[in-house]
Amino acid sequence: MSRIANRFAALRRAGRAGLVTFVTAGDPDPETAQAILDGLPAAGADLIELGMPFSDPMADGPAIQASSLRALRTGMSLAGTLAMVRRFRARDAETPLILMGYFNPIEHYGVDRFLADAKAAGVDGMIVVDLPPEEDADLCVPARAMGLDFIRLVTPTTDDARLPAVLVNTGGFLYYVSITGITGTAAASEQQIAAAISRLRRHTELPLAVGFGITTPQAAAAVARVADAAVVGSAIVARITANLDAEGRATAALVPEVHRFVHSLAEGVQAARG
Amino acid sequence: MTQPLNTYRAGPDERGHFGRYGGRYVAETLMPLILAVEAAYNEARHDPAFRKQLDYYLKHYVGRPSPLFLAERLTAHFGGARIYLKREELNHTGAHKINNCMGQILLARRMGKRRIIAETGAGQHGVATATVAALFGLPCTIYMGEVDIERQQPNVFRMKLLGAEVKPVQSGSRTLKDAMNEALRDWVTNVDDTFYIIGTVAGPHPYPAMVRDFQSIIGEEVRQQLQEAEGRLPDTLVACIGGGSNAMGLFHPFLDDPTVAMIATEAGGYGLETGKHAASLAGGTPGVLHGNRTYLLQDGDGQIIEAHSISAGLDYPGIGPEHSWLHDVGRVQYVSITDQEALDAFHLCTRTEGIIPALEPAHALAQVAKIAGDLPRDHLIVVCLSGRGDKDIFTVADALGVKL
Repeated sequence: MSRIANRFAALRRAGRAGLVTFVTAGDPDPETAQAILDGLPAAGADLIELGMPFSDPMADGPAIQASSLRALRTGMSLAGTLAMVRRFRARDAETPLILMGYFNPIEHYGVDRFLADAKAAGVDGMIVVDLPPEEDADLCVPARAMGLDFIRLVTPTTDDARLPAVLVNTGGFLYYVSITGITGTAAASEQQIAAAISRLRRHTELPLAVGFGITTPQAAAAVARVADAAVVGSAIVARITANLDAEGRATAALVPEVHRFVHSLAEGVQAARG
Repeated sequence: MTQPLNTYRAGPDERGHFGRYGGRYVAETLMPLILAVEAAYNEARHDPAFRKQLDYYLKHYVGRPSPLFLAERLTAHFGGARIYLKREELNHTGAHKINNCMGQILLARRMGKRRIIAETGAGQHGVATATVAALFGLPCTIYMGEVDIERQQPNVFRMKLLGAEVKPVQSGSRTLKDAMNEALRDWVTNVDDTFYIIGTVAGPHPYPAMVRDFQSIIGEEVRQQLQEAEGRLPDTLVACIGGGSNAMGLFHPFLDDPTVAMIATEAGGYGLETGKHAASLAGGTPGVLHGNRTYLLQDGDGQIIEAHSISAGLDYPGIGPEHSWLHDVGRVQYVSITDQEALDAFHLCTRTEGIIPALEPAHALAQVAKIAGDLPRDHLIVVCLSGRGDKDIFTVADALGVKL
């Protein structure tokens, strides 16, 4: 079984939802980003999404746009992102790690080379925002052939007629984007999320994660009551932004502050069904 | 791609691909909308009532057909080919952009959309969009990079007068590509009531094909007008390209006429060797951005590089996917023109023909300057004068060191 399937099975046995955290590789600099990443499991992240920075993150809000640009300015690249994963894997063999980003850097790196290097580095799956099922031949199909999960986003605009097409090649879990919009800008109500989850349950056995707009432990707990996992990204990235000095460099408080915040989210998620 | 070998005009395929280019590379939130636009467009273009309505507004509001003018003094100046100017700058709002905006807003109304958004670089597409939005009483938001706002003040003011909200874009290079990112973010957020009028032959399918179709009236008129004036087809067509909508509109009706040569001019900025240019074909490689696969300016990590051109309308690191395909199959010749060459052509056209061209088509005129003198006197060149230069007088004054 894959690390992702194992983790969701373990969460199910424990009777609780998981916390999925997002940070961008290389934000705010390569060393600090590695320290953040390495400490996420201990802080309470059950699954990790690592952003592959891109110059034009069209589906992201201001927080993650800025995060991406910070990472690129300090020299982060796709090769650098994969190197971060290798170092993380040397310390942690269990926590699922999913790369998230946009297709162009992957295509430029070379799809076959990317998949081989990602697999070797210990990547478990990927979310590529600008590859809908209509373009599955580019990356999704070869990724699945390599045993890597291609995790798809489902949104409020994905109706019942379209949903089966979206589910066809999806693996690992299904990521429900709870709002129509970009990351970190608005939030859906608990009732809206519960209704969406029960609709999706009719179509798939895959674990259901919910993200976009979750900014507090309370909000994470609310999602954790109805879904299999809560995804938090922009709010964590905001803790990075808040702990930069005037020149944009990491302060000593940054890494502990980020981990403290992740820990508070994890507590919210873990207590949700208590 | 299942395209008959004897035509260049059958694309795209049903998935929006021109050869390996094009496609629909967008977030899932947008996919249902894009499929809805495609379905609505396919229905509209086969509906005679839609065509009739569009023709009405193009004639009585836009002022079509635009003239095809024999530029006798330019012809004499170069001493070679006969040069015709397709006067798209005489359209209402002063550029070819409104041909497409009129088509798309009629489609938006047909789909029951109540709010319009658009991106703009030079501001010509923004002005054209704000204009049709005003005409039909729809609220309109235009995204424009801060850098472009700075260098295109007259058009910014024009859009505001027309009632549009102009939202400055501060992300990335603060030019056209970032405005397009921001417009896509708006669309993802306001999926229910909003129609995104993309201004060029780029973006996710069906936009490249739809914008081309709406702009093809340029080439269709040229075919008829030149038949009346000269009794035959043109020998060479010349147009500038940023995203490439005026070029696509001029070229497409002639793609299957093998005697018609076509040259498109990319913005060479300070020169290809300097790295400061907007020539996606000459200086870029294929990649995926803004919903389509096409040639892009990008670095070794697949990050998009900022384009440079004196002309805000060409300052884009990509190009329409059909151009990428026409480039690869060799049907159209793509060349690059520097800022300085464009400025020289700007002055020449202004002084010899009494027409102040926009800096965008000045790039096309600069190519004519390079080839016309060496061509025989019976060679017919048609240049698309895609916009008027009033918006650019501040930029030109700046280049001349003149303070206005």
